[in-house]
Amino acid sequence: MKVVVCIKQVPDTAGGVQFNADGTLNRAAMLAIMNPDDKAGLEAALRLKDQYGAEVTVLTMGLPKAQDILIEAMAMGADKAILITDRVLGGADTWATSSTIAAGLRKLDYDIIITGRQAIDGDTAQVGPQIAEHLGLPVISYCQELKIDGDSVICQRQFEDRYHVVKAKMPCLVTALSELNEPRYMTPGGIFDAVDKEITVWGRADLDTLEDCNMGLAGSPTKIAKASDKVKAGEGEKVALDPDEAVKYLMGKLDEKHII
Amino acid sequence: MSLADYKGVFIFAEQVDHKFSGIAFELIGKAHDLAADLNTEVTAVVLGSGIKDMADELAAYGADKVIVVDDPALEIYRTEPYAHALASVINEYKPEIMLVGATAIGRDLGPRVSARVKTGLTADCTSLEIGDFPINPVEGKEQKHNQLLMTRPAFGGNTIATIACPDNRPQMATVRPGVMQKLEKKDGAKAEVIEYNPGFTPNNMYYEVLEVVKSVSSTVDIQAADILVSGGRGVGSPENFAILDDLADAIGGTVACSRAVVDNGWKPKELQVGQTGKTVRPKVYFAIGISGAIQHAAGMEESDLIIAINKDETAPIFDIAHIGLVGDLNKIVPELTKQIREYKAAKAN
Repeated sequence: MKVVVCIKQVPDTAGGVQFNADGTLNRAAMLAIMNPDDKAGLEAALRLKDQYGAEVTVLTMGLPKAQDILIEAMAMGADKAILITDRVLGGADTWATSSTIAAGLRKLDYDIIITGRQAIDGDTAQVGPQIAEHLGLPVISYCQELKIDGDSVICQRQFEDRYHVVKAKMPCLVTALSELNEPRYMTPGGIFDAVDKEITVWGRADLDTLEDCNMGLAGSPTKIAKASDKVKAGEGEKVALDPDEAVKYLMGKLDEKHII
Repeated sequence: MSLADYKGVFIFAEQVDHKFSGIAFELIGKAHDLAADLNTEVTAVVLGSGIKDMADELAAYGADKVIVVDDPALEIYRTEPYAHALASVINEYKPEIMLVGATAIGRDLGPRVSARVKTGLTADCTSLEIGDFPINPVEGKEQKHNQLLMTRPAFGGNTIATIACPDNRPQMATVRPGVMQKLEKKDGAKAEVIEYNPGFTPNNMYYEVLEVVKSVSSTVDIQAADILVSGGRGVGSPENFAILDDLADAIGGTVACSRAVVDNGWKPKELQVGQTGKTVRPKVYFAIGISGAIQHAAGMEESDLIIAINKDETAPIFDIAHIGLVGDLNKIVPELTKQIREYKAAKAN
């Protein structure tokens, strides 16, 4: 069984959001991490390796420094790592990104492709299903449990108020939720081995099925019209009173605004 | 075929078990504004099995036309037959705008369909309007008019971006539930109903649904509440939420919570407000013992009146609250409940 996990390096927005003095986001000060949903997807793949001897390949698209998460993935137990990096691929929206990654995946053998549900920087959840469309594969999004049954996968597919147990024939693509599992840590031995493993680097020229019109900024149908770091509002009134006074103050406000 | 041949604002009217999700009506409400600016019509697309009688409800909420794809293949949501149905509707009727809810269904269906019809898709939008792209004229570049400008938060709500899709049609967006306003229901309103079926042939992309497991939950819909009494980690324990229950009972509100509360297992995820929970915009939002991290703020900052109670005067919630009380919630909340009850009792007499 061959499993390819698509992972992304993202700024850590969950723990250490840093602001500049003017209230804008300080990206330089934030840590770059492996996207949490992707890490759960990697853990799911490593469990297939533990259980069935699956070969696990990790693939990322990004700047050269994205190799850090590939090394981390190999230290966790991934067998092979591929970095797609090229200046002409930059500025891609989800269409161009999924087209590029799909072109990389066409060069590989796979039974299951796993992506995270969404990355914490863009939060779109679009790239996984779009890769599946480009490759003509079934997609099971929002997977909270993954099992193998012969030539098929059986997944719990999460919705707001229910889940479906679905069975899809391999090859297929699954998008993983963080709830899927608790990712393992790197081991000292794993880190030692990872340093010796080679990372395959592909540029634009290696992606023979990718058309120029579908890549990078120019190949992105969506264009940014305006972007701004959100400036904190700070509009309200804040009072520190003893509890009785505080309640009295609040009662006055609730009355004034006809809430009670 | 030129871009100008694409006409009309379409929305995907999500239904599960023959019941519309609230987002269906919210999308019609927003589509109504966009269609007015573009001088065109609102068309709702509903997919399912045995659903022909559902068109009237979409009309009552403001749809001018309803396209119904009714086929046994669409009985339960599955990505492929739904994607085939919606992509076929787009190719047949050529809308200039296609809106889909940013739900567990829409965030699967939207990207699959946008990739199939080769257009862009903007995720989780919180604001949509018609305008020019580029927004300000740029020398040597054509400024296109009547474009859909799609605004969305990113970086966990830390930044906002406005996106356009100038060269492809339809312009597609998924829209966060709970943000757009539905129109007032007009019973008896009728829409032009079009039945359409592209034919369904199972292929490798079809999967089988072996079982549907509904979560047993007695929770209320926090997105429908006018007053939310929301608690965070500072409430201290699941038992202590009783003081919030009491306040909610006294003021006629509903209890909600922050992510930390769900992560601690104190409350179910259905009650979670925030970037990874639900977006709410009640008339009054009490943030009690909630620090107000950006992930939380992203889900409630559009509330009409935000009242924060927190003992930490540096908590970021005070940056977005309209009224902030620095103090001990264990003293303030029960006393407030008591006084509201007394006030209401006095008013009733």
